Amino acid sequence: MTTQMLVQIPLLVAVGWLLSRSFPAHVLARVERWNHRGITGLVLATAAATFWMLPRSLDTATGHPLMVAAKYLSVPLLIGLPFAVSWPRMGFVVRGVFLVEFVATFFRLGWLYLISPIRLCNNYALNDQQRLGGYMLAFGGGLLVWLAWKLLWGRFESFSSTHLRSAPMPQQ
Amino acid sequence: MTTGPDSALTAVWRTAVVSAALLLVGAVALAAATDGFQAFTTETARRVAVRRQPADLPAVALENQSGARFTLADLRGKWLLVDFIYTRCPTFCTALGADFARLQQQLARPIAQDRVQLLSISFDPTRDPPSQLAAYLGRFRGRSMMGWQAARPLTPDGLQQLTAAFGITVIADQHGGYTHNAAIHLVDPEGRLVDIFDLGDLHPIRETILRNLSQ
Repeated sequence: MTTQMLVQIPLLVAVGWLLSRSFPAHVLARVERWNHRGITGLVLATAAATFWMLPRSLDTATGHPLMVAAKYLSVPLLIGLPFAVSWPRMGFVVRGVFLVEFVATFFRLGWLYLISPIRLCNNYALNDQQRLGGYMLAFGGGLLVWLAWKLLWGRFESFSSTHLRSAPMPQQ
Repeated sequence: MTTGPDSALTAVWRTAVVSAALLLVGAVALAAATDGFQAFTTETARRVAVRRQPADLPAVALENQSGARFTLADLRGKWLLVDFIYTRCPTFCTALGADFARLQQQLARPIAQDRVQLLSISFDPTRDPPSQLAAYLGRFRGRSMMGWQAARPLTPDGLQQLTAAFGITVIADQHGGYTHNAAIHLVDPEGRLVDIFDLGDLHPIRETILRNLSQ
């Protein structure tokens, strides 16, 4: 359970991110017309991620071949790729809301896994679930510290459109 | 590609429309994936599923604590309460056994009329021969030998068919035992799995059976 959620799924997201780097600039510029400030991509990635946060989805994805295939395809293509394309276009507020919500999700799920007396997945033992909960709380805590540090001492300009390496803005 | 504030504005509208559509699709997908926001775990899902659509059960060859052989089909005509165990189990199966012992007392009358029966099926057949099954039953039933048998599937394939039909997932733990989803399964006289109950609270089980028997 820990491996699937904290190693495999992040790696699949990274695959989607790598894919996004292979897209030529003119394709990204076309996508931009439907993805103002990265909102569409963020909505798509969040919806897909919500599905994979269901204990039931993760449980089925341990054995059922169709769900395994769905996971390997949808996590890179519907989470990693749209998010990687959209992140550089997101404004400061959108990024801030996303990051805080991301941290909060780790805290919520981590806490649930840690204290739940029942197993949420039939394919994983209770101690695995609790270990995952602990790791998620630690990871969320780390992210929060990083975020706080960034807010207090970081440079917000690095959050700006200088990240747009290859894709030109629509208006020159 | 057009440029200027107009295209920026259309991009906003396009984004809003596509995002709203994605949200809608996401909500529909999530509803479908959770049986209408009822079942977020596999364990709840299998309960929702059998209540909606009773599941036919395979006629797998079983051997009980006295070595007698039968199949689930042979038990048709009566209400059957089924649980899955392994006799070395230190935790859940003990709770299941205790629950079954109480049900055996509380349902003594319909059991005596041969309208209800209890069946504990071992998912560890190689280590649960009839002698072990008999010892397991002996740990729980003090007074009566009636209406409760323990059995093991005779083939690995039979075991696989049974766990698939009932929705039982068994995983090995670090102590040489197993972790498994423990529940009490209700099979109707037509031999279909019609309901699944949690351990510990016997009231709904008893009520369901008595209600069905009085119909």
